[in-house]
Amino acid sequence: MSLSEFWDYLVLGVMLGSLYAVIAIGYTLVYGVLQLINFAHSEVFMMGGYGSLIVLTLIDPGDNPSVAMGVVLVTVALLAGALFGGATAYGLEKVAYRPLRRRGASRLIFLITAIGASFFLYNLAGKLFGRDPKSLPDMYDNKNLFSVLGAEINITEMLQLSAAVVMMIGLDLLVNRTKMGKAIRAVAQDAEVAGLMGVDIDKVISRTFVIGGVLGGVAGFLFANLNQVKFDMGFLPGITAFAAAVVGGIGNVRGAMLGGLLLGITETLTVPLFGEEWRYVAGFVVLILVLMFRPTGILGERLGRAA
Amino acid sequence: MSSVDTSAGLNRTAAAAAKLRHRAWYQQPRYQRLGAMVALGLLLTLVTGEQGSTDDLFGAIEADFTGPTVWVCLAITVGLWALREFVDEPVRRGWESVRSGVGGPANKVSAQVRKDPRLRWGLIALVLAVAIFLPSGLERYWQTVLVDQIAVYALLAIGLNIVIGWAGLLDLGFFAFFAVGAYSTAYWTGRLPVEPPVELNNFWVIPIAVVTCLLAGLLLGAPTLRLRGDYLAIVTLGFHEIVYLIAKNADGFTNGPSGARLVPDFSIDIGGFSYEWSLDPIPYWYLMLGFIVLLIILFARLEHSRIGRAWTAIREDEVAAAANGVNTVKYKLMAFAIGASTSGIAGVVYTSKVGYINPESFLLLYSILVLSYVIFGGMGSIPGVLIGAAFLVWLPEALRDYVDPQDRYMYLGALLVVMMIYRPQGVWPSRRRQRELKMAEEGMGDADAMSEPAGGKFS
Repeated sequence: MSLSEFWDYLVLGVMLGSLYAVIAIGYTLVYGVLQLINFAHSEVFMMGGYGSLIVLTLIDPGDNPSVAMGVVLVTVALLAGALFGGATAYGLEKVAYRPLRRRGASRLIFLITAIGASFFLYNLAGKLFGRDPKSLPDMYDNKNLFSVLGAEINITEMLQLSAAVVMMIGLDLLVNRTKMGKAIRAVAQDAEVAGLMGVDIDKVISRTFVIGGVLGGVAGFLFANLNQVKFDMGFLPGITAFAAAVVGGIGNVRGAMLGGLLLGITETLTVPLFGEEWRYVAGFVVLILVLMFRPTGILGERLGRAA
Repeated sequence: MSSVDTSAGLNRTAAAAAKLRHRAWYQQPRYQRLGAMVALGLLLTLVTGEQGSTDDLFGAIEADFTGPTVWVCLAITVGLWALREFVDEPVRRGWESVRSGVGGPANKVSAQVRKDPRLRWGLIALVLAVAIFLPSGLERYWQTVLVDQIAVYALLAIGLNIVIGWAGLLDLGFFAFFAVGAYSTAYWTGRLPVEPPVELNNFWVIPIAVVTCLLAGLLLGAPTLRLRGDYLAIVTLGFHEIVYLIAKNADGFTNGPSGARLVPDFSIDIGGFSYEWSLDPIPYWYLMLGFIVLLIILFARLEHSRIGRAWTAIREDEVAAAANGVNTVKYKLMAFAIGASTSGIAGVVYTSKVGYINPESFLLLYSILVLSYVIFGGMGSIPGVLIGAAFLVWLPEALRDYVDPQDRYMYLGALLVVMMIYRPQGVWPSRRRQRELKMAEEGMGDADAMSEPAGGKFS
């Protein structure tokens, strides 16, 4: 692997990693407030992809849309992804998890429900929209913008990176600086006491799902823009992003970002070193290694009562 | 007299309080429930509706909502709502009488069976007799389903039952050990690119596969079982993915996507007596029945042994178990490894019967399938998981002419969610497990080796 190749792959890795980071935040937020691995989050991501596909198909931009039109299309598709993702996450919490929570069901029950919901949703999407992959319509001419250390960056990559960075900064501010963020942190630390202090737990949990869902939905759009939309597109990015959340330290928002970047870079660098076919193994090998030496992840667990 | 007055007064107060709340009509619980039922009806239309196609993105949805099914589905769900809201009392009374009519005697019988060992053994003998004599009367197709799927999944389910039902650990990579068993068979019978030091009879492969799976289980479990319970879920999931990708990509050892073919059948050759199992499903059924019965006896002995009690203690309250001197990591590892080796045995038998394997036989999907069979039947109860596996394997086969087979996993997912909300203990629960789940809901104990319940203990 030459140096220029290395830079190419590194840039690709950062791109992919930023996407994983955004998805991982959804996992980590929900884990923070519910101590639940929300396996259905990968379906929130998938629904984000479908949301942007549906809206773009309805608009039907035709060939070669103008630059201004392209900006509008990207914005609309991104918002559609966010809307579908948020709505799916909200519905999931309301229909599947809330009845369990009211009953105080054990965590095993939660996990199995999450798996069942994930199964149901992605197979339903496959049934409704067909099971073959489909690309988003062209929204812009994907030119190279500039190059960093010999690696060309095109519009799609720039869009992906900037959207991910903006979302990560926004979320970090939201969790650490706003009143809602304070409520989320309070519920994560001790739901019972937070409730006694006047925090509306149901509302906070619901909002946490929606925030994670919006991020996941936008990530779904970005992923679909890079690759294609498919009913099972959420599976591999989903479990890799969850692994990223664990690697960074579950419940820890900055940890999820770090873990996402780390796994994205590892995965892309696996391609030139060991071959394309091993790329999806890399994330899990890193996960197992990290857990062996740092059982609570690189930055350590935060938020939840877990210690 | 005075009690009537009081209740009338209370009613009046409640009505006054309700008026004070000033809720619009759509905010009343009754109409919110109607909204939910309408949404359910629309969802039901989509679920039972047409198959979509990628070329026509909205085709399926349009067809669903312009056809008659949408009205049928809405009529069903809104009808249910109306039944519940307006004629609740008679329906509830009718249901109660049905329940006491059927449930009373059923409970009496089950209590009798529990108390009286002779009855219990009689029941077991009856089930065994059916298992021995019924299959030869079935059609060939159902015989094959019975052996290739029901028996294999039953074996897997009783293995996973130890891990999830008794030790309370969530293992999402259970089928990976099945793959390890399958590839061990292919290797030791010389059907992989790598030559084994000596080609073995399939019966000798079983102990080897058991040891291999035990080691793999220990290797995977040792670093992760020390951690929080739910990390195990993600690590086992990852392990399954790794095993699958190795099976698919390590051409030199596993022969890549084409897998192994012409794996020999089981055969016996002991001094003059020789027999070879062949394509006929029936002899294989007896062989597998033998394995299943043997393992059930072994595991039932384990359940009430010191080890089984240690698992119960860990599941109910890990901290208390550790404080009482139970070596939690050791016993969790033990459950994990015993489960893994059962999965390995199933892999050996399946590969010998079917004769070929490729990586697509070991998708992550199958791990989830086994898990759902165990949950559906009732974790922790051997008859429960057997019923779960048999019923859920049989059902899609029986419905294959009416329901698109591509949709079966969608229904399975919905079934899991509904089951967890309304009957988390499964159709035939173990009494202990049922009680634990209930106690966990009341805030006592855990019912799984995953520490505290999700969302804290608030309501």
